[in-house]
Amino acid sequence: MLTTVLTALSNAATPWVNPTVDFHALAPEMVLAAGLCVVLLADLFLDESRKWVLSSLAGFSLLVAILPVLTLGLSDVNVRSMFDGRYVVDNFSIVMKAMFLIAGYVVVLLSSSHVEEGEYWRGEYYFLLLSSILGMVMMASARDLVSIFVALEFLSIPAYMLAAWRKRDIKSNEAGIKYFLLGVFASAVMLYGMSLLYGAANSTLLIDLGKSITVNGGLSALHALGVVFVVVGFAFKVSAVPFHTWAPDTYEGAPSPITAFLSVASKAAGFIALVTLLFVAFPEASSVWQPFIWVLSALTMTVGNVVALRQTNVVRMIAYSSVSQGGFVLMPLAVAGMAGVGDSALRAVVVYLLIYAATNLGMFAVIIAVSRKTRSGAVSSFGGLFSYAPGLGALATIFLASLAGIPPLGGWIGKFAAFQTLISAGTGWAYGLALIGAVNSVIAFGYYGNMMREIWMKPAPHGDVTPIRTPGSLALALGITGVATLVLGVLPGIAMHFGDIARITGAFGG
Amino acid sequence: MEMLRDANWVLSVGTFLPLAGVVLLLGVPKANEQMIKMVALLTSIATLAVGIFTLTKFDFDKAGSMQFVAEHEWIPLIKSSYLIGLDGISLPLYILSMVITLLVVIYSLNHVPDPGNPKAFFILMLVLQTGMAGTFIAQDLILFFVFFELVLLPMYFMIGVWGGENRQYASLKFFLYTMFGSALMLVAFLALFFKTGAESFSIPFLIENGGAIARNVQIWIFAGMFIGFAVKVPMFPFHTWLPDAHTQAPTQGSVILAAILLKLGTYGFVRIAIPILPEAAKAWAPYIGGLAVVGIIYGSLGCLAQTDMKRLIAFSSVAHMGFVMLGISTLTSFGMTAAMFGMVAHGLITGMLFFIAGSIKERYHTLEIKRLGGLLKQLPHLGWILGLCSMASLGLPGLAGFWGEFPAILSAYSPAPGLNETLFRVYMVIAAIGTVFAAAYLLWLYQRVAFGEPKPEFAGAAHGHGDHSHGDDHALEDVNKYEWISWTPLLIAIIVFGLMPNLLFKIIDPAVQGVLTGFKG
Repeated sequence: MLTTVLTALSNAATPWVNPTVDFHALAPEMVLAAGLCVVLLADLFLDESRKWVLSSLAGFSLLVAILPVLTLGLSDVNVRSMFDGRYVVDNFSIVMKAMFLIAGYVVVLLSSSHVEEGEYWRGEYYFLLLSSILGMVMMASARDLVSIFVALEFLSIPAYMLAAWRKRDIKSNEAGIKYFLLGVFASAVMLYGMSLLYGAANSTLLIDLGKSITVNGGLSALHALGVVFVVVGFAFKVSAVPFHTWAPDTYEGAPSPITAFLSVASKAAGFIALVTLLFVAFPEASSVWQPFIWVLSALTMTVGNVVALRQTNVVRMIAYSSVSQGGFVLMPLAVAGMAGVGDSALRAVVVYLLIYAATNLGMFAVIIAVSRKTRSGAVSSFGGLFSYAPGLGALATIFLASLAGIPPLGGWIGKFAAFQTLISAGTGWAYGLALIGAVNSVIAFGYYGNMMREIWMKPAPHGDVTPIRTPGSLALALGITGVATLVLGVLPGIAMHFGDIARITGAFGG
Repeated sequence: MEMLRDANWVLSVGTFLPLAGVVLLLGVPKANEQMIKMVALLTSIATLAVGIFTLTKFDFDKAGSMQFVAEHEWIPLIKSSYLIGLDGISLPLYILSMVITLLVVIYSLNHVPDPGNPKAFFILMLVLQTGMAGTFIAQDLILFFVFFELVLLPMYFMIGVWGGENRQYASLKFFLYTMFGSALMLVAFLALFFKTGAESFSIPFLIENGGAIARNVQIWIFAGMFIGFAVKVPMFPFHTWLPDAHTQAPTQGSVILAAILLKLGTYGFVRIAIPILPEAAKAWAPYIGGLAVVGIIYGSLGCLAQTDMKRLIAFSSVAHMGFVMLGISTLTSFGMTAAMFGMVAHGLITGMLFFIAGSIKERYHTLEIKRLGGLLKQLPHLGWILGLCSMASLGLPGLAGFWGEFPAILSAYSPAPGLNETLFRVYMVIAAIGTVFAAAYLLWLYQRVAFGEPKPEFAGAAHGHGDHSHGDDHALEDVNKYEWISWTPLLIAIIVFGLMPNLLFKIIDPAVQGVLTGFKG
């Protein structure tokens, strides 16, 4: 009986064929996977005095993983599609992978002194960090509902644990648990949406989803529901208002390098998954998601800004500022479904993410460097920074001005690209969102300027003007992000170029 | 428009040379103040030398065409390029910015305001210079925008760190107003770009193609630019940041603000908004003219009500920029030439007045008019210089101020065809009344500050005792060496341009003709 069933089943299934694996295309992932195993094993055999090797190992494996990304970028094969198009290495994913790896490297640099001094479990810390980065690198290539979901969990689960890493600190526990609960909730919502879409398309491949929406002639209610649920799920991940409530508490409680990591890399990963879905799977459903994203974008930048104005804690302020920056990234997506606008919207998102990553990581590097001395998270602890640490003060000014979008620092070109996309769409709604964005970029200066005021114009708290000692790794992180912020601002053509080559294979119109 | 490309490296060198100075300054230790001042001084001298070289190479017979044009790829994907050039409109302002920066640097050699830190102070000043010069040479809207914004942060810090008691409020207000304006301006630039076929941000290209945009669209785009530039000018009702910023800024900041930064706004109207969008300019002109005369009267009345000398000078800027905007709003070459002259003259005169106010403040530790008096007796040189500048500011014929104000009023008699003649003649009368007010507040100021006997609290200051208990000034010193060096060129320029206005008019006029070509057809 059983054998007959099994035989029938095995006859019904298509015969197993070994998938062709392009090892060149998978090299970055494999290097990272090897790296995280090495870190985990090394941790077992190193005695306490030599654990500092782990951070070097983690940084090293990230740098080595960048090499195949570079060779992939230079190779003549533009698109490497694997597993029936479920895992694609195209220019978009190469640009994003490079960003994740470099951002991950900067986070390792930020972590090394922090982790040394905080009596953390170093081996596990770097292991989880590398796992999360591996998830992001996979996310850049995922073109299938299942691979997107796997990548998403791969990057999220280590991040939940990292957020709660200061395990004797009640705030860190709160950060971890909030992040975990809301993250799982978002995954559930997203999964529900995905199951609806799978039901309608009978396939998990994004391109097939896109076709099913086109072929059926118009949108069914099922499609619309599925699209909305998936977008809501990602709205949690990118902390778009009103799904942002976890972000400030998590950012405040998590260890600072992890906050930097969450606010930059994890957020970017959410955005690229969202963009991939919108461009490959849902281009024909733009009538559903465009208005939805319009509202999300307007709310996100406005609420994020207004709440940020009231913050007195630096990390919370930057947390709300990063919520508001997310609104600017969403801005071009609100018109991305219109004919002829897609390329420009994709470019704007990529450019914004690249510049925002450099700037925000830099800002966190400054915060970490300053709080090593002041042991405080209050905005007022930055008082007089410029007078006793002019280098850090000037760098903080550069990063803040870039976040505020003031030329000639990086941030302006990101905002510019977003505005350009909206205005090229030319509809009344697009102009309206552009105006909201313009007003918001002024409001944002309220808190960025307030921070600059502390740095330049206020006296040092308690008259404590002992200089700040910046460890080498932190100085390197400051150097990388500072140079990137300046160069991308003065020569915006570079960021624009990367934004332009980053086309998603199979995307609508591209 | 004809483009001359000879010696096209001079503009880039002149604009970015101050940044080379900044790099040098970064390497000098903070404690070595002599070295810092020397580097700053040499940098600004070198910059002005390049400026003077530019003057000698400038072909004055072709002041109407763009000269020293250079073009390089910059952001190809958004079709913006590094396109720079100089014509008769930008030349005077470009050179003026270099002169003012040098003079301010000289003045700062022994006047670094509290809380010190000359290194940061001079670095900001040099960055500011690059931004100002760059704005005047940019021939691409995005490049213009970047330079236009580049001046914001240095000025924010200059006011906020080295300013008066209320500096933090004033600096933030200055920043938010300007940023709001420029955000809308950027949206307007982008709209312009797409409405002309998304081909280029270059200003000459847009001047050729902007006229074809539908009239009501032009009006909206103009509105965005109008707010951006009007905040900077500042025009009534966007002027409220100005008195605060001027009053709180250190002397150097006030001088640069008055002499150059305010001109970025009016320059934007003449260079960008009006030539690119001629139809919208016609539609907006009556309102601009109206706001301009309101500004003249409001600024003058504001002056009469002030008790603080620096605040009074700040309000007088609102009134003077009103005359400039009135000239621009006539959309005639006569009015615009007058406006351009008025910009230079106001830069020289008001810059000078702020220098004097700074020096008075340094000596008397107050600028409250009723506590001052008898300046001519106590510090005769300073008193006479204040007299000369007040006369120039109220528009006395023979001094530079006259040639900005009088023709601007006159030009409102016959505005460009298509504009309401009666309305502009009403404006003309109101503006003429404004000059009477100007005479009133300036003479009254001069009378209270310079005439009579020194007030008792300062009367004995020359002998080392007085109300101000600061130990550092044992005697009130008349105009000192640094002040003479930094002021003389301005005073000479005020007199020379007053006696020979044609030196400037003949440069400006051909270029203004070019701006107005869109109105002839």
